Formats: sequence, structure tokens, C-alpha cells
Amino acid sequence: MSSQSQPLSPSFSRPFEHALLEVAARPFPWGPGALLVVAFGLLPWLADDYWLNAILIPFLVLSLAGLGLNLLTGYTGQTSVGSAGFMAVGAFATYAFLLRVPALPLPLALLAGGAIAAGAGFVFGIPSKRIKGFYLMVTTLAAQFFLEWVFTKFPWFYNHASSGTISAPRLEVFGHDISGPGGRYVLTLSVVALLTWIAHNLVRGQVGRNWTAIRDMDTAAAVIGIEVDRYKRLAFAVSSFYLGIAGALWTFAYLGTASASSFDINRSFQILFIIIIGGMGSIAGNFIGAAFISLLPLFLSQAGQALLGSSVDPGQIQNLQKIIFGALIIAFLIKEPEGLARMLRRFAARLAVWPLRF
Amino acid sequence: MNAPQAADPILEVQDVSLSFKGVKAISGLSFVVRRGEICALIGPNGAGKSSLLNVLNGVYRPDSGELVFEGIHYRGITPLEAARRGIGRTFQNNALFKRMGVLDNVLSGLSRHARTGFFAQALGLPAARGEARAFRELAEHTLEFLELQAWRDTPVGSLAYGLQKRVELGRALIAGPRLLLLDEPMAGMNADEKREMSRFVTEINRSFGTTVVLIEHDIGVVMGLSAHVVVLDYGRKVGDGTPAEVKANPDVIAAYLGAVQQEGART
Repeated sequence: MSSQSQPLSPSFSRPFEHALLEVAARPFPWGPGALLVVAFGLLPWLADDYWLNAILIPFLVLSLAGLGLNLLTGYTGQTSVGSAGFMAVGAFATYAFLLRVPALPLPLALLAGGAIAAGAGFVFGIPSKRIKGFYLMVTTLAAQFFLEWVFTKFPWFYNHASSGTISAPRLEVFGHDISGPGGRYVLTLSVVALLTWIAHNLVRGQVGRNWTAIRDMDTAAAVIGIEVDRYKRLAFAVSSFYLGIAGALWTFAYLGTASASSFDINRSFQILFIIIIGGMGSIAGNFIGAAFISLLPLFLSQAGQALLGSSVDPGQIQNLQKIIFGALIIAFLIKEPEGLARMLRRFAARLAVWPLRF
Repeated sequence: MNAPQAADPILEVQDVSLSFKGVKAISGLSFVVRRGEICALIGPNGAGKSSLLNVLNGVYRPDSGELVFEGIHYRGITPLEAARRGIGRTFQNNALFKRMGVLDNVLSGLSRHARTGFFAQALGLPAARGEARAFRELAEHTLEFLELQAWRDTPVGSLAYGLQKRVELGRALIAGPRLLLLDEPMAGMNADEKREMSRFVTEINRSFGTTVVLIEHDIGVVMGLSAHVVVLDYGRKVGDGTPAEVKANPDVIAAYLGAVQQEGART
């Protein structure tokens, strides 16, 4: 073969100490830093057990699941309705590792569970080489039903429990018991913070650029030298890794006990709604969408009680929720496919020039 | 202007034929592109110009004949392999990533040059950050060269057509190709934009020594830009030479004006 074509200036390697100096000189990310200080330092003390258990932990896990799906759908353009299936893989795999390899610490069991889910995602991503759009979505639907069936049908996965459920054998990290609400919150927050940082690195780098190039025009991506099939499969694997860890946290840090039906198609749709409302192709959007979807029901029941008194039927409020979500999804798909994240950005941009033009 | 007879050939097209379901797109075409020249392909619509570019960078595989790029013979080649060997190209209908910004579109041209792996990028290791910085610097140079800095972060889909053409040129240019294939880089442009694009093509050719093969309909632009013109009609070569030679060639005039001696008059 002939010589490789070279970019205009091909010198990338620099001494290691330069790199260290640069890390030290990099500007401190104040925004995310402040968020982390509040989330780690203040919230565990301010929030009561109800807030930690019922709001903050599920919010964080759903954000993580949204992030996982967003990498695949928002960044790479491959729509999936099988998210919950991959969450189930992560949950049941982590359970198997915790149960059958007792020496394995919890963080490693989570990582291993995520890796198994990534493998499942990779396998179900193989058809993306030939199938596109609507038909690919149908294969993810098949994955959803297949995986749900597997974790119901084979008792090995739930250790032959008559209830068909799994629950955490132990929750401890480096000898510390973290089974209380505060401990589970800090575990979830740490995992979510770390994985969000990694996702940020990925989407800002060449991998993310390849993904968005495939999303925008896969034929052009192939012609300029992006290995389209490989990067699609990579997106499926990474997305499922995130979803798998979210599934494990959903089981062990939030629900405590779960079965295959905790990861049914409704959960998949819920995660899809999070990224539609929050914003496709945005990392912050997952958190905004998850906050919206976890807080709206709370707000509605509070508002219902305040307005109508205790006479109102909780069942009616649940129906009302569904109607509002349905209407919102249609509105977002038509008016703002990039979701709340985009709306907030535009609002901030307007505010910055506020006296001049609003 | 370059002196074609002085330089060695960078690309030879040897008796190449291509057909789609029995319809001949290119038949028995041969010509030579010399290193460092700007070669223009002209001809009426449907003459096989775009098909030829698609053969050159491996989108289509010719039925017969051979291509020689930098001394290496090939026929079936993938677009990826063509890009690796140093053949860059742009498309007639822009093939850009519409929702990505100008800078990201240009950077995507460097994808196949990335050497850091997935985990290095995921964990933000120094090697990945160093490469990202080097790529970014290259991209800034490219934007500066093509005077695109003002639109660095603008989504490409919202740019004017002429600017999009320039972004696509930047995406091909950043990888440092030795042969640049431009499919109608000035289509749909007004006179000012055409002049500007001609200037960029000339500057690329001069500053980087990049050989350029371009398709263009505007004869005036072609005559000012290139020293070598190949004329196609119905997939055959009807003219090959300097602009002056081609202009005087009766077959070329017939192809363009539809002379009476040719059967099957065209509109």
C-alpha cells in the first residue's frame, strides 16, 4: 500500500510533565463543581429520608438511564425502545456477581454488570449494520420483550426464588455499610457523577463527533472515512453499559427488590420521554428531563390537593398525569425536538442581552 | 498556471468503463492528471462526470479498465481506502453534517487520523487531550485559510449554500489530501461567490501543492482556473488539452451546442 496521507502537522506527542502542568493550569469548572458540592455536601444533610429515597435517588438513576439512551438516540440517531431490557441485564448480572462471587466489591460488581449489559447491547446492535430507522426500532422492541422473557423464564437469574425477584445481598463499599438512604444516595450520586463526566469526554471528543456525523448523514460519514457500522455498535454497547448500571442502581439503591416486570416496556418509554422532554443530544437535558418526570407527579398531586381539597380521587390525578405527559411529548416533538435543555439555553442567551432585545 | 508536461502523472485513468443496468455511464475513458495541476472535467448533464469522480474515490467500481494513483494500480477500492491513500472529495449536493457546527464538521475530516483509543478519550487521558488540541489547532488553521472563523459554532444547516460548499472543502482539506476531487464546487453560486471559490481552489493548489480535479459548468470559470481540461459527452472523452485547444475542438463545440452532424440531438 502507498504511504498514508498525513494531516497538515502531525506532531501530537508531548512530554508527560507538560501534560501535568496543563492539567494544573486548566480553568476550574465552577458550574459542575458547585453542583457537586451541593449534591455531595449539602443535600445528604438537608434532605430527609423521604426526599432521598423517593425523589433524589430515582431522579439520579433515571438521569443516568436517560444519558445512556441519549448517547444512542440523541447523539448517534439510533432510536431504541429497549432501554429497560438492557437495564434488566445490568440488574440481573450485577445480582449474579454479588451473589455468586461474594469476594467482589460492590463497585466492581456494578462495573461487571454494566459490562455484561454492554455485551448484550453490542449483540442487539449488530442488525444496525443493515437495518435503519423504524425497522431498527422494532428490533430494539424485540430485544425488550426477549430480555424480559429471559429474566422471567430462567429461575437461575433470580436464584430460584419463588417470588421471581432479586434483592441486594449486601450493600457495602470498602467495609462501610451503605444500606441507609444517605449511603445509597451517595453511592448513586458518585456513580452518576463519574459516568456523566465520562459521557462528557466522549461526546466532546472524536468518538462523539463520529456518532453525531452518523446521526446527521451516515453515507457522508462513511465516505469521509468513519467506520459507520463499528461506531453504531459502539454506541449500542456504551449506551447499554450506562443503562445496565442504571438498572442495577434502580434495583439495589432505589427499589431494594425487583423482578423482570420492574423493567417492562413502560420503563423504556419513560426513559425515551425523559430524553424527548429534556433534550436529544444534550447531557444536561437528561437531568432536566428526569427532574421534570419525577417532580411533575408530585407537583400535580400537591396542586390537586391544594385546589380541590382531599375530595379528589388519586386515581383521577394519575390519569391527569398521563394526559399531561402525552400532550407534552407531542408538543415537544413538534415544537422543540431538542427539548427543555435547548429552551433554557435560548432563555439564558436572551437574558444575557435582556435590556437590548427580549 | 502550471506546466502539465513538466510534472509526473499523479493519476491515470486507463480505458475505464462503467454502466448501470446496461446503461453506459462511462465508456473506454482514458486520461492523465499530472501532479500539481488543476484539471477540469466539463461536459453536458449526464456526461458521466460525477460517475467518474465516484469511480476515482471508490464509491463505484468500474466494469473494466484500471486506475493508477501515485503509481499504484487499483480498480475496486473503498471510499475509506481512497481517503487513506490521500484522495479527498466534496459532493455535488453537499454531504455535510447539518446539525453540527462548522468547526465540528471540519474536524470530522480528521476522524480517520485519530490515534487515541476509546478509553483514552473516555477518561480524558493526556494523550487524548493532546490529540484533541492538535486537531483543534489544525481545524482553526483551516477555518482561517477558508475565512470561516465567523461561523465557527454555527450549525451548518443554517448557513448559506456558498458557505456550506466552503465548509465541505475545509472538511476535505484538513486531512491533507494530495488529490482533491471537487464535484461542482461553484454550483448555484453568484459571480462573486464563484470568484471567491476560484481563489480558494487556486490558493490550495499553490500553497499545498494539492492536485485538484474539479467538475464545473461555467466555462469562463474553468478557463481561468485550470490549465488542463477534459471534456466528456455521453461517457466518452471528446476533448483533452489546454483550455485554448479544447475551445477550438469541433467535437467539444458540437457536444455543447448540439451540432447538426451529431445524431441524437439533445436539448
